[in-house]
Amino acid sequence: MRMRRGLWLLLGLFVVLALAGCAREISGVVQFAADAPDAPQTTVFPLSDTGRRVQTLYELIFWMALVVFVGVEGALLYILVRFRRPAGGVASQTHGNTRLEIAWTVIPAVILLIIAVPTIETIFSEDAPSASASENQIRVEVTGHQWWWEFRYPELGADVVTANEFHLPVGRTAFITMTSADVIHSFWIPKMTGKMDAIPTRVNHIWFTAQQTGEYYGQCVQFCGTEHADMRLRLFVDTPQDFDAWVRRQSQGAQAPVTSTVGLAAVGARVFQSGACPGCHTIRGTPAQGKVGPDLTHVGSRTTIASGVLTNNLENLTRWVTDAQAVKPEAKMPTLGCEANTGTGPPTTCITRSDVDAVVAYLRTLQ
Amino acid sequence: MATIAAPVAQRGLLARPTEPTGLWSWLTTVDAKRIGILYGTSAFIFFLIGGLEALMMRSQLAVPNNTLVAPGTFNALFTMHGTTMIFLVVMPMGAAFFNYIVPLQLGARDVAFPRLNAFSYWVFLAGAVLMHLAFVVQTVPDMGWFAYANLTERAFSPNNAVDFWIIGLQVLGVASLAAGFNFLVTIINLRAPGMSLMRLPLFCWTTMITSILMVLAFPVITVALIQLMFDRLFGTNFFNTAANADPILWQHLFWVFAHPEVYILILPAMGIVSEVLPVFSGKPLFGYPFMVYAVASIAFLSFTVWAHHMFVTGLGPVATSFFAASTMLIAVPTGIKIFNWLSTAYGGALRLNTAALMAFGFVGMFTIGGLSGIMHASPPVDTQQHDTYFIVAHFHYVLFGGSMFGLMAGIYYWFPKVTGRLLDEAIGKVHFWLMFIGFNVTFGPMHFLGIDGMPRRIYTYPTGMGWDLWNLVATIGAFTIALSVLAFMVNAFKSLRSGEIAGPDPWDGRTLEWSVSSPPPHYNFAEIPVAAGRDAFWLQKYPTSGGHGTAVAAAHGDGSGHNAEHGEHVHVHLPDPSYWPLAAGGAIFLAGLGVLFYLPLIPVGLFLVIVSVVAWSLEPVNG
Repeated sequence: MRMRRGLWLLLGLFVVLALAGCAREISGVVQFAADAPDAPQTTVFPLSDTGRRVQTLYELIFWMALVVFVGVEGALLYILVRFRRPAGGVASQTHGNTRLEIAWTVIPAVILLIIAVPTIETIFSEDAPSASASENQIRVEVTGHQWWWEFRYPELGADVVTANEFHLPVGRTAFITMTSADVIHSFWIPKMTGKMDAIPTRVNHIWFTAQQTGEYYGQCVQFCGTEHADMRLRLFVDTPQDFDAWVRRQSQGAQAPVTSTVGLAAVGARVFQSGACPGCHTIRGTPAQGKVGPDLTHVGSRTTIASGVLTNNLENLTRWVTDAQAVKPEAKMPTLGCEANTGTGPPTTCITRSDVDAVVAYLRTLQ
Repeated sequence: MATIAAPVAQRGLLARPTEPTGLWSWLTTVDAKRIGILYGTSAFIFFLIGGLEALMMRSQLAVPNNTLVAPGTFNALFTMHGTTMIFLVVMPMGAAFFNYIVPLQLGARDVAFPRLNAFSYWVFLAGAVLMHLAFVVQTVPDMGWFAYANLTERAFSPNNAVDFWIIGLQVLGVASLAAGFNFLVTIINLRAPGMSLMRLPLFCWTTMITSILMVLAFPVITVALIQLMFDRLFGTNFFNTAANADPILWQHLFWVFAHPEVYILILPAMGIVSEVLPVFSGKPLFGYPFMVYAVASIAFLSFTVWAHHMFVTGLGPVATSFFAASTMLIAVPTGIKIFNWLSTAYGGALRLNTAALMAFGFVGMFTIGGLSGIMHASPPVDTQQHDTYFIVAHFHYVLFGGSMFGLMAGIYYWFPKVTGRLLDEAIGKVHFWLMFIGFNVTFGPMHFLGIDGMPRRIYTYPTGMGWDLWNLVATIGAFTIALSVLAFMVNAFKSLRSGEIAGPDPWDGRTLEWSVSSPPPHYNFAEIPVAAGRDAFWLQKYPTSGGHGTAVAAAHGDGSGHNAEHGEHVHVHLPDPSYWPLAAGGAIFLAGLGVLFYLPLIPVGLFLVIVSVVAWSLEPVNG
């Protein structure tokens, strides 16, 4: 008896925990409060056309699985309680029931068929956009690097190059191709649609039409080495006007340092150009044309640095330029500052605190 | 007791060992029961190592932005945790039961190739040790247990961490192949008279099918590992993208092996549950033929679904649809098994002791793993779930909630047969409930983390992602599981010393292992039993119970567990112990060391393998 009460207690506890735990997920399933999620990478509040098709399929399977779950676990608990014989006893020696067994071969097969048909339909519709959607589409080329993202817009000119953050216009279909410069990565913005691997020697694609403006989080989801966890990205879905303005700004080369910061920023530009920086980074309109690290032409306009790891502000930029290895061990960005006191320590040819401040001031002018 | 011919000591270079006890008797043993104990003990030690790795990972992930474990260390932890739990825990625990229980269930005195059996174990140990040498030299594999190309190339993994994994797994593969052939032949050839295939205990069926899977799947990974090793050691370009190699080739080869591997991990547990549930329900297994067909079709289908691990690599819609359909198909035989287990218990007289609870836990938890599996069998849904914690939750419900609960059921069920003593039921219940609750508290929330977009294999995560709470809960769960393991260790230790004496048949068992003493004599059966039907021992005990099968010679054994006494004057010929399986295993270990540290050792090791095998085939037979 004590045992039986324990079992029911456990069942009750499990149900309560499961319901509490699923609150967000279940609400996702019924799609209410779709604009107030508290998990920026939730997979069940998609805000694009393809994402919603995936969600419809997920809901269908979720509810069917839930019915089977309740049925099987309920039967199991019922049997455990109903047929428990602590004192032992004799049971009838039933060997089977062919009719029953055929039934539970056929019924699951039918359930699976119900899942399989829309699944295959969705596989094909996810593969290529419809003719109407592809007319006005915008192409984005994504390249994965250890451990950051590069974005190019081939139709908008060779100069629209950015890193770790990219922009799309709302309501226009984006056709995104992805590949990799080194190892396999996987490109994913959960609130838009599912992921796709970025594979060296191959070009994959996804497409979606963002339905709501806003800032969306994503990150690499294929293990790609030491800093896999810190290979994050942001998508900004803008109004068409904002997007056009952003494109115009990106198309321009770097602005020469002006305004009140001119002194410090001008020094920073010199330090940047004469140091190791141009070996890896490009700043369009200047001699710096390195291809190893992110394009910095408009780095000052990005909200984050180090692939979504740090907010882009004075303090963090200083920290990053001084001692990148402390922030992101094994990233290709070396520790540069003489004041680096964590990570791998200062390099033999380091840059002084005042030079770091100058470089940071310069980078912050690159709006 | 049966009189065993006293070994006639042979002299000469190839004389066989004769020590009946002590270290050398274990090192040279070819007794499947002793080899089973070696496998089981080794697997448990690695279970503790893999568990500690898991606890370190969960500690790091308990809170956001944690710096307890460095990024590289974390990557090494999940690589070794996965590799260890799969190849050094669940597989050898299965092998422990194959060795100890299968010959007994078949009514056989040993396996078909006893020395090959010993060889399997020593090679297994060699592979496990080679892989763990990485900890000694502190270059621990950190590329994931799946070792996706081209991250594993020298350009991206310059130190020799990956090599430890390659050579360890390669050597483990040799052990698995040898064991696979051995048990396949054993079950086909050494069945007791009357034990037709459709009278085999279900555990023997799952062992046989598992053996077939091992024989067919391991050659694929062997080839892939050789290619990878050549890329790394000799500069070939199988996976070198700089030379335009396609890194997806590795994924195909790996998963053609690794998906059947999943069934190598789960089928033995399914077999155990199919033994335990009937005994503690007091009923025969419901729908035996359907269960056999289900196991066989799962095994067949397991070779047709590998690319469902690759739905986001851009396979194209046609291939994707095929693999989605084949994956969903596998749910049908799996469902049959679940329903038949439930029907076995339905209408039974359930004795819910620890073994039974573990087995019912298996049914309940495995069902959850199966249902989440259906979700990502649908490729569009998988594009959202792939490589997130939802997958981590899914396969732990299959491999922990499934395999580990099943293996634990086996341990509680057969511990009295192996040791002669029962495990303590009170501590057993504590063990079960801690493990059951800890398991669900750890892996249940991971479903939510995955749905909320938390990727796998990240050493840290920022705040504000909605992942903080469930990560903390999962960590608490992990430590609860650790407590349950402690409870089990206390139980095993206490019961070994002072547990209740079990007697030959403590559970009112149905299969032949319960017809002999506990522990069984080393010749197993003084007189080979005759199987009058399925549940051969049950029919001996209760000839009128209306079992399936003809009542031929049902009373061959005396049915009371004292079969051995009949063998008073029988001369039982048993295989002699041998030095050479150990020597061959050692030689392979040496060749493995050569790959890792000093290439000229490779030919030396391989030469010694040949010497050992020649000596093995020439050594005399005692007696």
